[in-house]
Amino acid sequence: MTAQAQATTIIDVGKLVGSVEHYRNEGYRLVQIGCTKVGDTYEINYSFDKDYHFENIRIVVSADTEVPSISGMYWNSFIYENEMHDLFGIQVRGMNIDFKGTLFRTSVKYPFSQPPVTVTKGDKP
Amino acid sequence: MAFFEMVRTALRTVLQQPVTILYPAQAAKKTPISRGHVVHDGSKCISCSICVKKCPSQAIILNKEAKTWQIDRFRCVVCNSCVDTCPTKCLSMDTQYTAPAAAKGIETFTITYVKPPKPEKKDEQKP
Amino acid sequence: MSKQIIVPFGPQHPVLPEPIHLDLVLEDETVVDVIPSIGYIHRGFEKLVEKREFTEYVYVAERTCGICSFVHGATYCEGIEQIMKIDVPERAQYLRVIWSEFSRLHSHLLWLGCFADSFGFENLFMGAWKTRERVLDFMEETTGGRVIQGTSKIGGVRRDISSERLDKMVKDLDILDQEMKELTTVFLHDDSVRHRLRNVGVISREDAYHLGAVGPTARGSGVAIDMRKLGYGAYDRLNVPVITDSCGDCLSRCTVRAKELFTSTDLIRQAVSKIPDGPVEVKVTGAPDGEYFTRAEQPRGELVHYLKGNGSKFLVRSRIRTPTLTNIPPLIKMLQGCELADVPVIVLSIDPCISCTER
Repeated sequence: MTAQAQATTIIDVGKLVGSVEHYRNEGYRLVQIGCTKVGDTYEINYSFDKDYHFENIRIVVSADTEVPSISGMYWNSFIYENEMHDLFGIQVRGMNIDFKGTLFRTSVKYPFSQPPVTVTKGDKP
Repeated sequence: MAFFEMVRTALRTVLQQPVTILYPAQAAKKTPISRGHVVHDGSKCISCSICVKKCPSQAIILNKEAKTWQIDRFRCVVCNSCVDTCPTKCLSMDTQYTAPAAAKGIETFTITYVKPPKPEKKDEQKP
Repeated sequence: MSKQIIVPFGPQHPVLPEPIHLDLVLEDETVVDVIPSIGYIHRGFEKLVEKREFTEYVYVAERTCGICSFVHGATYCEGIEQIMKIDVPERAQYLRVIWSEFSRLHSHLLWLGCFADSFGFENLFMGAWKTRERVLDFMEETTGGRVIQGTSKIGGVRRDISSERLDKMVKDLDILDQEMKELTTVFLHDDSVRHRLRNVGVISREDAYHLGAVGPTARGSGVAIDMRKLGYGAYDRLNVPVITDSCGDCLSRCTVRAKELFTSTDLIRQAVSKIPDGPVEVKVTGAPDGEYFTRAEQPRGELVHYLKGNGSKFLVRSRIRTPTLTNIPPLIKMLQGCELADVPVIVLSIDPCISCTER
């Protein structure tokens, strides 16, 4: 099995738009935007691919930081950004299609921003 | 470009026997390893509760005092995990799917296993 | 300019196997804009990772999708194996390829049937599903499950296939090939089908690439992306041809899938001829600490599993990016400018799997 090289660069929120623009000009395609809650902060991964070469940039933000949208460069990013907003409660500024929290209608607001559940095995529902 | 490409296939299927099974008049297809439902053999169960721990859908309830082994068929996802991990092979996978039911319920099996007496202390016959 | 009206499409619609809702903005009969909305069946699988041990989460990952179940399971396992630096036995890698390709056959045949149904060719629909039954039979005989195979396991696979069974399987593939050939001739050469699909839902190569199209949707527009070329599993030892078609319309996407059926059977033959003897699993100890993006080619396109562990039995995050999610923006571009009557065909042409999308 061959492990794929996966370079992850951590950047500031302010430099996000510039870095994404660089990838766009280089002809990369947007693979995914994914959010991870680590402690009280959120890691947001932007993954790009060009000819099977995978690159990843990461911003680390707090819950109340407003993240700029990259839909100006990648039109398809709205689907991930809305997902991020609906499930994690990250505010994204300037989305081209803003569902305003209606892409995923969940009974718990921002379910993925809730603290992780701890399980003791053998618990019965 | 061609027209009526399907005609040959269609005509042949008209002349053939149907490929579908007339279930339930005919038995459904099954293979020897089909995952149908979990069966519990009470005479071999040592109440180790490994199956309870390994069940991803938490469908198994083991009561050591009442000596019962219960499974919620509606939670069970028939993943074979309990059968794989059972140390005494008291669990097995039957190829028959569970019958449809109108109400949810828990199926109970009784554990009849009695711990064999140790050779030295013959009077200590605890379950 | 004529008056615009909004026609809702879905979530319940005869062509849709699963709920997706599209608000179609119409000018006369022409679609000018589309607003998609999903979220009808969101199940929160990604949150469930915090409640299940990483070894048990395989069963959850497998159940993300009912069509490409095996690929999800194997991709998740591979992610964990990469984090924990586990070397999977050769035989297990080949078995994963065999089952993955059978999943692809199953998925594409199912899709061809549904697609025939979407343009009203019921007989062809039945034909495709009849052929698909052979694939399902094989799945059940070797794994015990028709739809949820459940043979993935961290460190290998849970079941082995005997060499006699593999030989018989290769012989059965000839019959399957014959049936599929008859079937795909209708899709690719019948005039009524071609007339219905040609120049419907066209998306250019540039649009498909920049809007993030993956899998047959991208390859139908001439973008040669196939994650099997990454060489995960045993794919690096097999010859994987990438099928593309240049027109970018519904017929192109159909052509790509129809031709991929034969590459799949070819890959299975290659895998069977190269499969070594040996164990099918290794023992796994410890817990994952680290992160990895696994990418694999699902029948619908590139699948990304992002896994992050912190050294405990419970993963911090599992993010599943499914191909349908990323194929929705290209779908919007395809629908803009089409006729209302073509909408069902175009929506089906990306092979939407909403259950996948709403993990």
